[in-house]
Amino acid sequence: MTDLITYVLRGIPFGCVFALVAIGLVLTYKTSGVFNLAFGAQAYVSAAVYYDTHVRHKWPIIPAFVLAVLVFGPLVGLVLDRLIFRFMRTAPHVARLVAALGLLVAIPQLVNLWFGQSPSFGVEGIWPSSQGSNFAVYHFGDYALNGDQVATLIATAVVVIGLTALFRFSDIGLRMRAVVESARMTELSGINAGRVGTIAWMLSSLVAGLAGVLLAPLFAQVSATNFTVLIVAAIAAAAFGGLTSIPLTLLGGILLGVAQGLLGGYLPPASVLAQGLRPSLPFVALFLLLIFWPSLRNRREVTDPLAGVDPPPPGLAALERSRGLTWATRIFALIVLAIAIPFVLSSNYWLLLGTEAVILSTIFLSIVVITGMAGQISLCQATFAAIGAFTTAQLVSNYHVSVMITILAGAAMAAVVGALLAIPVLRLGGIYLALATFAFALMFESVLVPLDWVGGGANPIKVPRPKFAGIDFANNKSFFFLCIAILAVVSVLVIFVRGGTIGRYLDALRGSETAAQAIGVNPTRARIIAFSLSAGIAGLGGGLLATQTGIAQPADYNSFLGLFWVVLVVTLGSRTVEGAVQAGVAFYVVDEILKRIGINQSWQPILFGLGAMTYAKHPEGILEFQKRQSLAFVQRHLDRMKRRGAPAEPAGADEAGAVAPTPAQPSSERVGAD
Amino acid sequence: MALLEARDISKRFAGITALDDVSLDVEAGEPVGLIGPNGAGKTTFFNCLLGLLRPDGGRVVFDGRNITRMPVYKRARLGFGRTFQRIELFSGMTVRDHLLVAERAHRGTASLWKDMLNLSRATTEEIEKADATLELLGLLDYANRPIESCGLGRGRLVEVGRALMTEPKLLLLDEPSSGLDRVETEELVTTLQSVQRERGTAILLVEHDVEMVQSFVSRLYVLDFGTLIASGTTAEVLGDATVRKAYLGEYV
Repeated sequence: MTDLITYVLRGIPFGCVFALVAIGLVLTYKTSGVFNLAFGAQAYVSAAVYYDTHVRHKWPIIPAFVLAVLVFGPLVGLVLDRLIFRFMRTAPHVARLVAALGLLVAIPQLVNLWFGQSPSFGVEGIWPSSQGSNFAVYHFGDYALNGDQVATLIATAVVVIGLTALFRFSDIGLRMRAVVESARMTELSGINAGRVGTIAWMLSSLVAGLAGVLLAPLFAQVSATNFTVLIVAAIAAAAFGGLTSIPLTLLGGILLGVAQGLLGGYLPPASVLAQGLRPSLPFVALFLLLIFWPSLRNRREVTDPLAGVDPPPPGLAALERSRGLTWATRIFALIVLAIAIPFVLSSNYWLLLGTEAVILSTIFLSIVVITGMAGQISLCQATFAAIGAFTTAQLVSNYHVSVMITILAGAAMAAVVGALLAIPVLRLGGIYLALATFAFALMFESVLVPLDWVGGGANPIKVPRPKFAGIDFANNKSFFFLCIAILAVVSVLVIFVRGGTIGRYLDALRGSETAAQAIGVNPTRARIIAFSLSAGIAGLGGGLLATQTGIAQPADYNSFLGLFWVVLVVTLGSRTVEGAVQAGVAFYVVDEILKRIGINQSWQPILFGLGAMTYAKHPEGILEFQKRQSLAFVQRHLDRMKRRGAPAEPAGADEAGAVAPTPAQPSSERVGAD
Repeated sequence: MALLEARDISKRFAGITALDDVSLDVEAGEPVGLIGPNGAGKTTFFNCLLGLLRPDGGRVVFDGRNITRMPVYKRARLGFGRTFQRIELFSGMTVRDHLLVAERAHRGTASLWKDMLNLSRATTEEIEKADATLELLGLLDYANRPIESCGLGRGRLVEVGRALMTEPKLLLLDEPSSGLDRVETEELVTTLQSVQRERGTAILLVEHDVEMVQSFVSRLYVLDFGTLIASGTTAEVLGDATVRKAYLGEYV
């Protein structure tokens, strides 16, 4: 009995930590409508500042705390709001989620540029004590708490009471909620929505800072990964509160902490369950909550009653172009290939990078299918790649099947898992789909990958290169061409599907789900097919990557790497095959360029992370947008030249579309309209 | 037996009775109107017919089949076509694409394998069919235009065309005149009349604009506070004293 109480009590401070972060998430969601996946990264900023000042530079606790939490916390919020989120108050939820995802990738890297990658041990909390906050122990009857735990409990209580009061009794709390419902309506009633939004961001960022400083001592060292993983536990607690209720969120956090304490206490420490389930409990909890928790199941995303006054979303830039121009771009692409391929073949180093870029492009096509075509954000594409890789590896090493067949089996396996996952998860849609897939990715990583029959346990499994049709692909050059051939086949499949029935159903569903249903499109079926196809493509790419590197290594399919993949593809072009290839090439080339000109390579994730902000405005990808813009520009000039050359030509010549403006119209106006 | 039979439809929201035993029939090929003041429950009733809301009581029978619990997309395949009060179009598609995708969707045939082998591009037959409908609606000149270039009036016609491609037996129009001016409304009515004549489609028109309804339908139902207060031929209903008092007021 006393054991039980001890375990429960031990869990409570942990639970408060989860709750604190979760309350911060709920606060941001309530006041800005952004499901802030970067909340952990914001917390990390303050934790790093506190560590740097207090531990490295020996500042006393109070000035360090003031700088880290009271100055840096709101400051980060202010910057994020002014630079990014104020432009997104009327953006769709998914666009805001993508922005937060970009920040999750970019912020920790930005902090590390200054803070350094070097390990930072000996973290101290904010509880004043001569022996360090960890060692100040307070006894309550038979039970003991250390200084950090006491600080966490007090801070949680203050935050919960303060925020509840704010929302219940204060005018600004009411305004914050109004701005989230509809920024425009609020402005119409004479409130400066911009200022309310800024205050909301500063407040939630302050909570993030406080959480960061309180959490730091729980980990052995200050590192961004700890904070980003912690966010998942917090999301689970927030989900328990239906993403709106602060008291329920607190309860959710504490329950999670207690459950973890109980599992830790009662499970034999060496068992599979203890090793797998305990650390992954938050992921499992989140996954199950998203699927079964009634307050989330029946939830509808808030829609702005004034959304109708929005101008229609920017159409894709100039889809119509003349046949000549189309051929010109194709020839241009061939020339680029004709230069790139011999260059890649010129050295072993470039051959390695080139092959990996081609394989990655194949994996990125899976993101084109699910995000570009189906309009859903899935955060477990790296997991599907891992499933492909591990299936390939297991079949090769246990049953000695030919490698090419096992790669296909890996793709099929990933497609099946994708379809099975899609059935419960796709119903959620929007941000919940993204969260559920992320929970699934982390669950897979922490529970299944360490098992012998999945990831091979401590010894990753070797995968040989394929050998068929009389060719041994152990040769790097022939393997490179095999990868290109596979990429070409998958690209053609994707293009066919996009132009086929399913592709058009998905286009229709993206345009208007109700209208698509009203003409007989079964949304669930179309999306399950897309999800499964996407998973299959990722699995195929994963298997290829394993044969390329010669080993199925879990680190290559890390779920945080997967987040970066999504951000990268979304930034560069998620609608087209070229977009995927550009992203695959950029992943290696940008890194390489930064290395050569001597710039810190963490600028790569920073650049692409911040690039994801453009998703709200250009869902087809910023590079794709620029390309279409310039093609439209060329097309206009061609048309104008043609008209000058042959003035007698009938007007029917450009019946194809409104691409060519009449000379009277200023061309800058047309650019937006196209 | 009528094409559409709605029997005793009831719907309550948190204690408020939005619909109280509302019954309505539409015969095959017949244009019928449903009118009522704001908040009368027209949209709720419409959504119950379409399957967007599940009625708390009553049943919907279409073509002899009880479809009360059938999902929206299956109703579409049975022969329900609809337009929206706030137009819902597929951005990024051309006008013709809207019709082509509807032609595919109502058959409910989609196979990934066919798609992957490039066997499911639009056939000449489908394109001809789409163009015939565009012709009927006077949209043929805009077939290749991106939908973003269409204004509200033309957008609504595209919605009608999209619905017609699903070969509906019944066309449900949700306040089609909302947001249109007089001229556009008249054009729409003329087009709808020719559609109804040529295709023999039954039409259920939910409207605010009494004048438009009058010029178009043969029978009329009037809804007020969730109950049916009158039904019958257009002339009868509009002459009815309670209707004039409850709804039309100084309108006429």
